[in-house]
Amino acid sequence: MKHADILTALVLLAGALLVVWEGWRLGFGWGTDGPQSGFFPFALGLGLAVCSIVSLVQARALPSARRFVEPGKLVPVAKVALPAAGMVLLIHVAGLYVSSAIYMALYMRWIGRHRWSLVILLSVGIPLVTFLVFEKWFLVSMPKGPLETWLGY
Amino acid sequence: MKGSRWMLVSVVGLAWLAGSAGVAVAWEPTKPVEFIIPAGTGGGADVMARLIAPLVEKHKLSPRPLVVINKPGGAGAEGFLYVKGKKGDAHTIIITLSNLFTTPLHTGVPFNWKDLTPLGRLALDEFILWVNTERPDKKEFKTAREYIAAVKEKPTTFKMGGTGTAQEDQIITIQLEQALGLKFIYVPFKGGGEVCVNLVGNHVDSTVNNPAECVGHWKAGKVRPLAVFDAARLMWGTGGGDIPTAKEAIGTDIQYLMLRGIFGPPDMPKEAVDFYQGMLKKVYDSPEFQKYLLDNALKPSWLTGAEYVKWLGETESVHKDLMQKGGLLK
Amino acid sequence: MGEFSNLLMGFQIAITPFNLFIALVGIFLGTIIGVLPGLGGANGVAILLPITFTMPPTSAIIFLSCIYWGALFGGAITSILFNIPGEPWSVATTFDGYPLAKRGMAAQALTAAFTASFVGAAFANVLITFFAPLLAEVALKFGPPEFFAIQLLTFSAFVGLGGGSPVKTLASIFIGFILAAVGLDIVTGKLRLTFGSVELMRGFSFIVAVIGLFGIGEIFLTVEEGLRFRGEKARIGFREMVTTWRELGGYWRTFIRSALIGFWMGFKPGGATPASFMSYSFAKRFSRTPEKFGKGTLEGVVAPETAAHAAGGAAMLPMITLGIPGSPTAAVMLGGLLIWGLQPGPMLFKEKPEFVWGLIASMYTGNVIGVLVVLLFVPLFAAILRIPFAVLTPLIVVICAIGAYAVSNALLDVWYMLIFGVIGYVFKKLDYPLAPLVLALVLGDMAETAIRQSLIMSRGNPAIFFWSPISAVITAAALLLFFLPALSLGWRRLKNVPAPAASHPDHTP
Repeated sequence: MKHADILTALVLLAGALLVVWEGWRLGFGWGTDGPQSGFFPFALGLGLAVCSIVSLVQARALPSARRFVEPGKLVPVAKVALPAAGMVLLIHVAGLYVSSAIYMALYMRWIGRHRWSLVILLSVGIPLVTFLVFEKWFLVSMPKGPLETWLGY
Repeated sequence: MKGSRWMLVSVVGLAWLAGSAGVAVAWEPTKPVEFIIPAGTGGGADVMARLIAPLVEKHKLSPRPLVVINKPGGAGAEGFLYVKGKKGDAHTIIITLSNLFTTPLHTGVPFNWKDLTPLGRLALDEFILWVNTERPDKKEFKTAREYIAAVKEKPTTFKMGGTGTAQEDQIITIQLEQALGLKFIYVPFKGGGEVCVNLVGNHVDSTVNNPAECVGHWKAGKVRPLAVFDAARLMWGTGGGDIPTAKEAIGTDIQYLMLRGIFGPPDMPKEAVDFYQGMLKKVYDSPEFQKYLLDNALKPSWLTGAEYVKWLGETESVHKDLMQKGGLLK
Repeated sequence: MGEFSNLLMGFQIAITPFNLFIALVGIFLGTIIGVLPGLGGANGVAILLPITFTMPPTSAIIFLSCIYWGALFGGAITSILFNIPGEPWSVATTFDGYPLAKRGMAAQALTAAFTASFVGAAFANVLITFFAPLLAEVALKFGPPEFFAIQLLTFSAFVGLGGGSPVKTLASIFIGFILAAVGLDIVTGKLRLTFGSVELMRGFSFIVAVIGLFGIGEIFLTVEEGLRFRGEKARIGFREMVTTWRELGGYWRTFIRSALIGFWMGFKPGGATPASFMSYSFAKRFSRTPEKFGKGTLEGVVAPETAAHAAGGAAMLPMITLGIPGSPTAAVMLGGLLIWGLQPGPMLFKEKPEFVWGLIASMYTGNVIGVLVVLLFVPLFAAILRIPFAVLTPLIVVICAIGAYAVSNALLDVWYMLIFGVIGYVFKKLDYPLAPLVLALVLGDMAETAIRQSLIMSRGNPAIFFWSPISAVITAAALLLFFLPALSLGWRRLKNVPAPAASHPDHTP
């Protein structure tokens, strides 16, 4: 917990300094027409920097006994996070519909150990319905890949 | 007898073949066309795009539908850069307004209208100087001259409301200031409708607005048009009378019209350009579109091809000039 | 009472079989749109606008406004079931709705939310029917200084609630405001905090942040406890609905207060979201059991939902009477008016009474149909939680991804969503409250614009917030609320009374 707290405070501090610098660059004065573009970013960045420094000091005083995550519990979190990231990565190449079908199929089979028949029904059926709803009826464009191009979308 | 019937069939068949071959030569979209709006939902460009899309479908002007997508980020820069990145694509078009010129000039984003393929100009939007009819200080400005005189008397006390910064409304305000030696407090708002309501609520003293944004309040007698920034008077039956030009009303010829035009990505294939130009002309000629132009006091101004490009070049240099004078260039 | 006969005329238009059918379809589509995060009311109405092209204008506006009502109803569903606010104004609904669902009381929470929505909307409808012109006059009095005062009041009412570490709360607020500042500065037209990136010009969408922080973050927290969802053993029969209604009767004060707040805030663009937050804050302040807030009390669902719907109804008022949109959705509807050849604005009442009164009457019919439809589906919605974890999780992730993408057609937003998910998870574990961050993100843009417009008008003089009586009163109230905790502490010290034991109400799930 202690280390996570310190790390978070440091990340926030770095971000805050970046924002302060940007506010500086834009100009943070107070003109005749009120504050300039950079006034609020500058002030907000400064505020966040102060907060992160205070929480850094507070975190150093924390007992380091409590852990942020129990080691064993990180696995289920990763089991959700990584496939999701994988799917988003795949969207860049294969489009949303194909990626979500693959993602749902793998997830249902791998984590849920559901029957193949159910897995295929849902992982094909849901993207198909989504496709019809968005591309066909609502005329909303989602990211598409080679399969959709081949189908003329 | 038998032979002649065969002859007939084959002639008809050949004619059909020829006909379909003729159709096949002309390019048509093979997938849904992305129709980009470099502005938010509900604004003038958005409304026009959402009028065009169903018109295309209703009059069967394209085998595949237009899919409307808003990309308003960075005063439209997001949309322009998106289309700029679609080099050679035949299935993307974009509707533009004056931010085609003003956004790159003011923010310095790497974009110029020459990056895009001009397809057609559909309309030009007028700008009008409006004041409130009931002011808290009981003063009444019946003509532009009265108002200008009052502003001149007390510089930097009168507030001019407009949409955004370094865009058309502020450009016109600066033109007014420079031509007449005035000084307004320019207050930027997010949308034209909001600007007019702030005028009705007397939070600003005057505005430069498109006619459509204020017409409802005009009819209700809440606001008064003093001058139109155009070469000719605005005859607009619905409002009750015509509006004098800036030249007539204040003695200085200030003109500004806003583009409502359509572009394609860089290097759009020739046959696609032809298709969209034909499609847009048919949209433009449809009674629905003409009624829309009339209702909103938009100037019907179809223009395409080399003339359109020439006009764009001229308009850009006008903007550059005006923005330089106003100190709005990046 | 000319309004009565007008309303009667309106009902004659709204109750024709075709218009009732159109209303039903609109409600149904709207609910779906509301359920899908990212595809909010504005997008939904914009998408379906072309369909209305062939309808008579009155049917068209009934259709669109029913989509809007449906989206308002639908927003609560995912908030309660999955902690994913389908719409910005249902963020506050997650604070108590989701804890209720986790305790197996999803059906009760949904019933409370829908009932509250209906009450809020009905309240707004009645006010609009009888006082529209008068209320429009009031709405006109609100310029930039008054706007800013309202936003300040919302913020101080909510943040003053306390709970958690003050430093971390402040840090969250700063982060929210900083995220809100990314993109184009409307006042100077300069790009801020974009560091030359085109993708950053768009700024950070509130919806994307909320889907990530609340929805995805909550999935991470849930799976840490094991790969399952809680609340699947919920009782979801119609009997629960009846007992819920009985309990809701006791919250009549919250209903009235929230409806008033919602209606009052809803006049102005973007009013529904602040209204829901403010109403939640006041419900907690005035509640006899404030310690239950954040842990799952029906009162905490009733307050934001009533306010959001009252605000949603009120947003129609400036549209009808002034021709200005009170919400992004109303902006798209106004575009629709232009397409149908109608001129929005004050003359609409006189020129097209059948249109205006048809619309007003349809707000009644639409909400009755709406509440019946969604209540009928409560058992079905609640049963969604019984779907096995390994099926539901990928489905939620996919829907969230679609939602995040749909906000502005950008794949990068889907990545932001995942990153916000991780941030939400980490912040929750480290006791950085998320709700102030989200509120700062949604108010930041509006508040900064309003404050800077005001200062331009006053040539840099901050006293402008006290020049008009409306903004003076609201600003004073906001400042009072903000410093109330410090003041009461000082008062107690003065009187030498020990402070009551801090309850550490966890209002930030």
